[in-house]
Amino acid sequence: MSKPIVATTSLAGCFGCHMSLLDIDDRILQLIDLVDFNKSPVDDIKEFTEMCDIGLIEGGCCNSENVHVLKDFRKNCKVLVSVGECAIMGGLPALRNNIPIKECLEEAYLNGPSTKNANPERIMPNNEELPIILDKVYPCHEIVKIDYYLPGCPPRADLIWNALIALVTGDELKLPYEVVKFD
Amino acid sequence: MNSQVQIAVEKYGKDASRLMDMFHHLMHEKGFVDDEDLNQMAEALDISKVDAEQTLSYYHFFNKKSRGKFSIYLNNSLVSQMMGRAEIAEAFEKATATEFGKVSADGMFGLFNTSCIGMNDQEPAAIINGVVFPKITTYRVRELIREFRAGKTAPEMINSYGGGQNQSSLVQAMVTNNLNRRGSVIFADYTPGEALKKLPNMKSRDIIEEVKNSNLRGRGGAGFPVGLKWDFCTKSPSEDRYLLCNADEGEPGTFKDRVILTETPHLLFEGMIIAGYAIGAKEGILYLRLEYEYLEKLLESVLDNFRKKGLLGKNVLGIEGFNFDIRIQFGAGAYVCGEESALIESCEGKRGEPRNRPPFPVQVGYLNKPTVVNNVETLCSVVKIILNGAEWYKSMGTKESSGTKLLSISGDVKYPGVFEIEWGMTIHEMLEMSGAMHPKAVQVGGPSGRLIAENEFERTICYEDLPTGGAMIVLGQNRNILEVALNFTEFFIEESCGSCAPCRYLTVILRNKLKKIMDGKGVAKDIDDLVHWGQQMKKANRCGLGQTAANPILTSIENFKQDYMTKIEKGKEFDTKFNLEAAIQESSRAVGRFPQTY
Repeated sequence: MSKPIVATTSLAGCFGCHMSLLDIDDRILQLIDLVDFNKSPVDDIKEFTEMCDIGLIEGGCCNSENVHVLKDFRKNCKVLVSVGECAIMGGLPALRNNIPIKECLEEAYLNGPSTKNANPERIMPNNEELPIILDKVYPCHEIVKIDYYLPGCPPRADLIWNALIALVTGDELKLPYEVVKFD
Repeated sequence: MNSQVQIAVEKYGKDASRLMDMFHHLMHEKGFVDDEDLNQMAEALDISKVDAEQTLSYYHFFNKKSRGKFSIYLNNSLVSQMMGRAEIAEAFEKATATEFGKVSADGMFGLFNTSCIGMNDQEPAAIINGVVFPKITTYRVRELIREFRAGKTAPEMINSYGGGQNQSSLVQAMVTNNLNRRGSVIFADYTPGEALKKLPNMKSRDIIEEVKNSNLRGRGGAGFPVGLKWDFCTKSPSEDRYLLCNADEGEPGTFKDRVILTETPHLLFEGMIIAGYAIGAKEGILYLRLEYEYLEKLLESVLDNFRKKGLLGKNVLGIEGFNFDIRIQFGAGAYVCGEESALIESCEGKRGEPRNRPPFPVQVGYLNKPTVVNNVETLCSVVKIILNGAEWYKSMGTKESSGTKLLSISGDVKYPGVFEIEWGMTIHEMLEMSGAMHPKAVQVGGPSGRLIAENEFERTICYEDLPTGGAMIVLGQNRNILEVALNFTEFFIEESCGSCAPCRYLTVILRNKLKKIMDGKGVAKDIDDLVHWGQQMKKANRCGLGQTAANPILTSIENFKQDYMTKIEKGKEFDTKFNLEAAIQESSRAVGRFPQTY
C-alpha cells in the first residue's frame, strides 16, 4: 500500500506552527517513513500534483490568495485540519477586525511613523498581481469545511505528531491534559 | 470636590457598598457620571477608580455622557415587536431626527433600546426620564416630541391614569394593572396586618416549620423549597443575617411583581417582616428594578406607615429584640441581577456578576453574612400561609406544587395580564382563560424557559410537569418562530455579564448562524451545529442565564424543526456562504482597485 500523502500550507500565519511541526525532532525520520509530502513548504512543491490524504492549514484568511489556496486544499485533500490559533480563530492577524480596512491601510502606508515621510505620492500597493486584502481576517472554517482542529499557539509538537499518527493509523487520538492545557 | 459628588457620598455614609445609590443620586442630578466624578468618588470612598467605574459601566441605565435632556428607552422585547415596535421606533427616529443608540445633535433627545421593562401587557412601551409610557402609537410619538420641544416635561405628558393604585396621588402612572384573575392567596381579600398579629405568639422556629409544611417553593422560577432555604440560613452561625427580596423581574414576559407592588405592597412587606423574624434578620432589602422607579413614592410611604405603626424598627410588633427595617435598593437595568448571588453583588455596589457556589448565599451572602433571597410572590404567599395555615395552603394545587401561581400572560391573547391560578392548570386551559387567538406556540417561563408547540398543550403547569416562573408568551399561527428565537438570543447577548466565555460569545456565534438560516443561506449542518453547540451552554456557564441562553434556539428546533427546514437549502451538506467578492469590496475602494481583481 502506498504511503498516505500530506500537504501543508501557511496562510495568514507566522510559520510558527510549521516550526512546531519540525519540533518533533528525530521523529521526523519516522515521519518520512510513514508519509509522503505533496504541496508544502517542507519540500517546496508549489502546486498539487495528486490527491492528498491530509491537509494541514496554518493561519486564517486575510487576503484573496489565502482563500484560493484554502479552497484548493479543500479540493485536493480528503481531510483538512486547522492547525493553531490563527487557522481556528483568526489569531493575532484578526486583531485588525475591529478597525475599518481603510484605516488599517492608511496607517500602514500613509500615516505610520515609518511611512508618513517616505511616501510623498501617497501610494497604496495596488498592482493587480497582488492579492487583495479581505474586509476582515476569517478563520478557515468560515470559508471551507474543516474536519479537525489542533489548538495552540503553536500547537505543541507532540499534539501535531500524535494527531498525524492517529490520522495515518486510524487509531484514536490520545489527548492527555498536558497537551491541551494552555496556562 | 464637586458638590453633587460630596452630597452623594455623604448621603450614604461614605460606604462603598452603597455605590449604586450614589450613582443613582448623580444620575438624577446630572444625568451622567463622568471621569471627574469617578475620580472624586474613588478618593472619597478610598477605592480605586476602576472599582467605581466597573460598577458604573456594568449597568444599562448608568452612563458617562449625557443621554439627552429626554432619554427615551424603547422596549425591544419580543412582545413589543409583535405589537408594532418597528413603526414606533421609526416614528421616534423621524420626529427626533436621530438614530437609536444616539443623542440628537441639539442634546434634546437620546434614543435607546432597552430589554423588557415589565409592560408586556401594554406594549409597545417606553420609559422617558423615568416615566413609563405604555401603548404608544405613532400619533403619540409625534405629540410627545412636539410637546417636549415646546417645553413640557415627561411627567406633564401623563394623560391618563391606569386603574387601582396607579391613580393614587403617590403613583399617577399610565400603567394599567390588567389583574384579570384574583386567586385565593396573593390577591384574595385581606385586612392588612392581620397575619402579623400572630407573630408575637410564634417562635421563629414555628414559622419555619409552618412554611416547610406548606411545601411552598420559590416563585422566581427555580422552585427551591422556601422553608428549607430559611432553615439553612438559620443554621449558618452568624450574628447578622439579611433578607433580600428579589423584585428585579427581568425575564421578558414577566410583570406579576409589578402588579403586586402596585396593588398590595403591604402584603410583600408583611412577608418580609415574617421572613426576617423567622431567620433572625436585622435588615431587609427590596431589590427593585429601576424600570419600576415610578412606584418608589408609594412603596416608601407604605414603609413609613409601617414604621409609624411599629411594624418596622426597634422591637417590631412589641417582640423584644426583634429589630428589623427595610430599605429599597434600586437596580439599574441588568437582567443577570435577578440571579440571587448577582443580586447580592449588586446590593453591595458591585457589578452584578453571579458568584461561584458553594458557598451558597444562605451561608455567605450579603456583606458575607447568611442571606435569604426570596421572590416577591414567594414572600406574599408566606403571609397567607401564616394566616391560614399550611394545611389550607396545601389544599390548593397539586401534590408537589401547593398553592397558587401568578401567570403573566401576553402576546396573541385577547386579555393580556396577570392571572392567579392554582397549580395544575393545563396550557390548553390557560390559553382558553386568556382568550388566546389561534395559538401556534407558547413560550413558557420567558426566554430561559421552553417554547412549546400544540402537542404539549395538554401538559400541566406545576413543578411535576411544566415548571415556570410565570411568564407566558402566546404566539399566534402567523408568527415566525425563527424571529422569536432571534429576539430572545439577542436579549441574552445584550444581557450576558461576560464572565463566562461561552455565554459571552457562543451566543453571538449561535445568533449569526441563526441569521444565516433566516437569510436562506443555511444548510442542514447549520441546524446540527446550533443543537450541538447550544447544548454545551448548559455545562459551560456559571449561572442560570448562561446555562439557558441557548434555550430559545434549542427548544424551537426541538418543537418547530419544520420551520427551520423550510429555510434550509436542500441537497447541500456544507456551505459557509463565504462571499469573496463582498469581502474585497472595502479594500478595493480603499486602494482604488477597479475593476476589482483578485
